[in-house]
Amino acid sequence: MSIELRNIRKTFGDFVALDNINLDVAKGEMVALLGLSGSGKTTLLRIIAGLETPDAGSVRFQGADATSLSVRDRRIGFVFQHYALFRHMTVFENVAFGLRVRPRSTRPPESEIRSRVHELLRLVQLDFLADRLPSALSGGQRQRVALARTLAVEPRILLLDEPFGSLDARVRQELRQWLRRLHKQLGITCVFVTHDQEEALELADRVVVMNAGRIEQIGTPEEVYHRPANAFVASFLGNVNLFHGRIEDGRVFIADTCLEVGTANGGSPSSGKAMLYVRPHLLEIDRAPRGPRSFPATVRNINPAGPRVRVELTAEWGDPVNVDIDHESHRRLSLEPGARVFLHPKEDQVFIYQI
Amino acid sequence: MFENFGFIAGATRHHHRPALADAPVVRIALIALTLIFLGMFLFIPLAAVFTEAFAKGASAYFAAISNSEARAAIRLTLTTASIAVPLNVAFGLAAAWLIARFDFRGKQLLVTLIDLPFSVSPVISGMLFVLLLGVRTPLGGWLADHGIRIIFAEPGIIIATVFVTFPIAARELIPVMQAGGRDEEEAALVLGARGFQMFRRVTLPNVRWGLMYGVVLCAARAMGEFGAVSVVSGHIRGATNTMPLYVEILYNDYQFSAAFAVASLLAMLAIVTLALKQAVGRRVASTIRAAAPAESIEQKAA
Repeated sequence: MSIELRNIRKTFGDFVALDNINLDVAKGEMVALLGLSGSGKTTLLRIIAGLETPDAGSVRFQGADATSLSVRDRRIGFVFQHYALFRHMTVFENVAFGLRVRPRSTRPPESEIRSRVHELLRLVQLDFLADRLPSALSGGQRQRVALARTLAVEPRILLLDEPFGSLDARVRQELRQWLRRLHKQLGITCVFVTHDQEEALELADRVVVMNAGRIEQIGTPEEVYHRPANAFVASFLGNVNLFHGRIEDGRVFIADTCLEVGTANGGSPSSGKAMLYVRPHLLEIDRAPRGPRSFPATVRNINPAGPRVRVELTAEWGDPVNVDIDHESHRRLSLEPGARVFLHPKEDQVFIYQI
Repeated sequence: MFENFGFIAGATRHHHRPALADAPVVRIALIALTLIFLGMFLFIPLAAVFTEAFAKGASAYFAAISNSEARAAIRLTLTTASIAVPLNVAFGLAAAWLIARFDFRGKQLLVTLIDLPFSVSPVISGMLFVLLLGVRTPLGGWLADHGIRIIFAEPGIIIATVFVTFPIAARELIPVMQAGGRDEEEAALVLGARGFQMFRRVTLPNVRWGLMYGVVLCAARAMGEFGAVSVVSGHIRGATNTMPLYVEILYNDYQFSAAFAVASLLAMLAIVTLALKQAVGRRVASTIRAAAPAESIEQKAA
């Protein structure tokens, strides 16, 4: 089922949690709400679920207004950040809850409830834990029980609040892949909240980058990563080097160094102050200047542990610069701290935003 | 990144001896002092109650607690408790729900007001009802004209008892409900539960031990209350005497062993209460602990 949010506004006292949010989620799509804590992403998710009421604006499902529909009538699945499993109920009863609270007329018979619950527990591969209490489960298992419990009521939309936030890295990776498969299999519209950019970029069809109650950019993972709409998105997604510079007659200067750079964000800057963002893996290190775009820097520290070599340098004008190079280039360059080198931004990969 | 630090700290912490541990001599002295105090003020008086009660033999004891006046006092005490406790539970659940789940202006004031009966002397509470509902007051006079007698009658005793006990369940439930958080309740609603289904299937089971604890405490206080009840009762033998009042009357009549016999019943009630309290209290602590992991995970993630 599709979701349309129009001009959503929500305040808590003087704090503006959400300001004029417009968002469309297509049927079957997986969308990530990405932002720091306090950016309003969880509030937005709770508004979609009906757990919060917006001060202004409307929520529509499949074109029908749902703003004043109660939580119960929205038929939405919501997976809470800390799972919110019913402590005093077994795993089985947790999953059966949504079916048992139905009015008598639509409640399935006990035998059907049993088979449905076991079917769902098999889906999340936890059928063998049906009689345990939630306190006896690991974090990853609780998460999957929470998901099974949510799916039991056949929600039209699945909302997940920081679904993997409190799990350790390996479990998180496993569950992520598992959720993606499940999403494909069920084809259910899915919105999840995360502060983990990697999670958002890996899982989502589209990413909504949020900051201070507003949407900064909506786009595919590729778009938000390679064509960030503004300085916030550029600095929030992935690592970047930030330089303060200025633009004079279409040319970019940092201190006295003129960088002949194209702009990835395609703006046509005229004159004034600007911020430049370059991703560490989009800078190349040379022993000699390669062209007008190269600028000198001094190597400070080299960390070769990991898939790529991280080199810390100081640019000619004094700013620190981080560069990621592969091990082969590292061997070829045979860098050592104190070495004077030249940095070369790859084509069209400098984001320039005027301020 | 910080998870690692937390983990290391957590793993090593309990290998250290607590820095605040006292020297053995100090510890023994403190324990001895506590035991002497407990013995003088608790065990010896308790033993004295039972010795005095049986001073004139078992038959005198059973006569003292089974005559019509004693039975009336026991009946009134139990009636009062059986009315005060359910009211207390209802009020406690409503108040705890309101305070734990909602933010509103004047919440702190409400919490303070709930504690009022604990901070006011019970005698004053009793006086309050006499001044409000006595026959010579407008309201009491009007009620008396319609044949309803409150002060110096059973309703007055019940009202006074309800008043002095009403913070008890609420005070026990508020922390339990706050620790539980609202996540589970919201989960129930999202899964399609109606308000009452949510309350019965999720809220109530989660606070049941806190509630039991409140019930035990409330019952004990309702049966043992003296001050407020004394003021509104009028001490009419066989009619408006509760057990504590009856003990006082017997004592003032120099019927010591009868007084102690009835007092021994109250003492036994207290012991039962204490045992129940101990058993239930442990469950309450584990309920609050069970609710805690969510927060510790949150801290770990932060």
